[in-house]
Amino acid sequence: MLKMENVSKTYRHRGQLVTAMNGANAEIPEGDFVCIVGPSGSGKSTLLLMLGGMLSPSGGRVFLDGQSIYDLDSNGRAELRKQQIGFVFQTFNLVPYLSAIENVQIPLYLVGADNPSQQARAEELLTRVGLADRMHHKPSELSVGQQQRVALARMLANDPAVILADEPTGNLDPETSQQVIDFLEEVNSEGRTVVMVTHDPRAAERAKRILRLDRGAIVSEKPGRKTRHTAA
Amino acid sequence: MKLHTLVLREIFERKSQLLTSFLAILLGITVIVSIKNITYYSEQAVAREMDSLGANVLVLPKSSTLQDYYAADMQGETIPEEYVTRLAMSDLAGLDNLSPKLSLPVELQGKTFTLTGILPKNEFQAKAAWGGAGIFSRPVGCGASVGMMGSTDKKTQARKRVIETLEDSEVLVGADVAGKLGLKEADTMDVLGKTFSVTAVLPQTGTVDDSRIFAHLHVVQDLSKKGPVINAIEVIGCCQEISNGLVEKVNRLLPDAKVVTITQIAASQININRMMSNLSLMFLMIIMFVGGASIANYMYANVFERRREIGTLMALGANSGLVLRIFLLKALILGVAGGIGGYVIGTILAVVLGPKLAGVNVLPMPLLALLAVGISVLLALVASYFPARRAARLDPCATFQEI
Repeated sequence: MLKMENVSKTYRHRGQLVTAMNGANAEIPEGDFVCIVGPSGSGKSTLLLMLGGMLSPSGGRVFLDGQSIYDLDSNGRAELRKQQIGFVFQTFNLVPYLSAIENVQIPLYLVGADNPSQQARAEELLTRVGLADRMHHKPSELSVGQQQRVALARMLANDPAVILADEPTGNLDPETSQQVIDFLEEVNSEGRTVVMVTHDPRAAERAKRILRLDRGAIVSEKPGRKTRHTAA
Repeated sequence: MKLHTLVLREIFERKSQLLTSFLAILLGITVIVSIKNITYYSEQAVAREMDSLGANVLVLPKSSTLQDYYAADMQGETIPEEYVTRLAMSDLAGLDNLSPKLSLPVELQGKTFTLTGILPKNEFQAKAAWGGAGIFSRPVGCGASVGMMGSTDKKTQARKRVIETLEDSEVLVGADVAGKLGLKEADTMDVLGKTFSVTAVLPQTGTVDDSRIFAHLHVVQDLSKKGPVINAIEVIGCCQEISNGLVEKVNRLLPDAKVVTITQIAASQININRMMSNLSLMFLMIIMFVGGASIANYMYANVFERRREIGTLMALGANSGLVLRIFLLKALILGVAGGIGGYVIGTILAVVLGPKLAGVNVLPMPLLALLAVGISVLLALVASYFPARRAARLDPCATFQEI
């Protein structure tokens, strides 16, 4: 489903050439749960941005369902994200002046859903993440764990086939982190492909596969605990 | 969730930041509306005043003086009647009415009066104060120019119809003349050896005109034996045109004549109107610069502050067109609110301050609402376009912590 072919990314920063990706190759089949780990600056987030059609590579190609993402123009890629990709971020990136339910409604508004169906779907998702009683609270009125749950609900709003998570547990306590990973496992079990960038080894272990990135290249791949258990 | 929900929520969340830009546009529009409103009613008042005074521009022989405005045609000097034709044939805008006059002193029953030759319709149209005579209707507004000698267009036909009304043997007499000579309508009187019948006695005006006997211009010319000459041409000039240099234009057309205006009124009130008009233009320029700069500055800051939010929206699938619309809709709301608010406050100020500042009663002008909202919206949209475009071109990667 997701495929990277010899992807590289270089850019200039203060006159110096920086290599963020260096000939990375990866194939992520439908329904996979892949964790990307590596030291800071190894290119993890760059790789995630490229998979999400938000950062064009300097070389190589990225495919989603056989479609070369960067052969599309920026509006075409926005359309692709809107229909097929759900993002979740380390800092949640909720819109601060909108309530929880309105934040979840954004992706639904973007695909042109009418107001009643937006509200019904947002209520369903917030109930699913345990925030039925916090729907009309603004992010500043919610705990960080609750904010990330709103972000998870928003991620699922358009029923995406691919979930891209950038350190989703990075700002959370261990218990809430556990809940977030549980939730990602749950959506993966529904058949969605999950790609997660993380520093947390325990979170990474929950994936089916772990890709290690170093200096912009995938240097190793190993199965996650779940896969090992299944194989055993 | 709709586009306007997204925009309005953001506006109300950060209203204090928007306040300066909103006030800049609100105050600017307020000032423009109040000045425009007061100027309009001030011009109307001046126009009415001019109208009530009759002619406001005089074309006189070069050597004449202007000690008595109403007796300016009684100094003996003459100019050719052909000047009337020249004026009427010209393409000068704002010459509302032309009244050529030739005056002679006459002695009747031991008393001295003035026999004044007129082209009748012109004379009556020029004198709004004589509306009560009921013989001719008075033109309304500017542009109802009379015809000229020898022309065959409609204006000339109108003039001929008027001449038929005032026959060679007919006169109109001023109130003092009628009183002193005991004249009434349908009486006859002898002037310079010619017998006339009194067609009408004119109502009292309080000016030298009350001592005049009006006859047809060409009859008076024959009686004076001076040929086709006149002493003066009274002109009703449009107030606006006078302020735009009508007098200078007439002077250029008739270099051998003296062209004067009622300076007390034309100079002071027209100058006030011109000043108000210039002020309004100046404020328009100021608001364009100050208001526009304030809005643009605010919008750039707003885009910078919201770049993470914009990146998030893009990550969720918003395209650049939607981001552009978000910011332009915000500008539109700002413009409409500033325009309506400015119109309301400006109108209240004009109605309250108009009588004190310009001595005129001011009424609200709904048409100014369109002008106010139009200027305000245009300004807000133009000032916001480049910040909005910057937002639409933001790199969505700003959403993420590291690249």
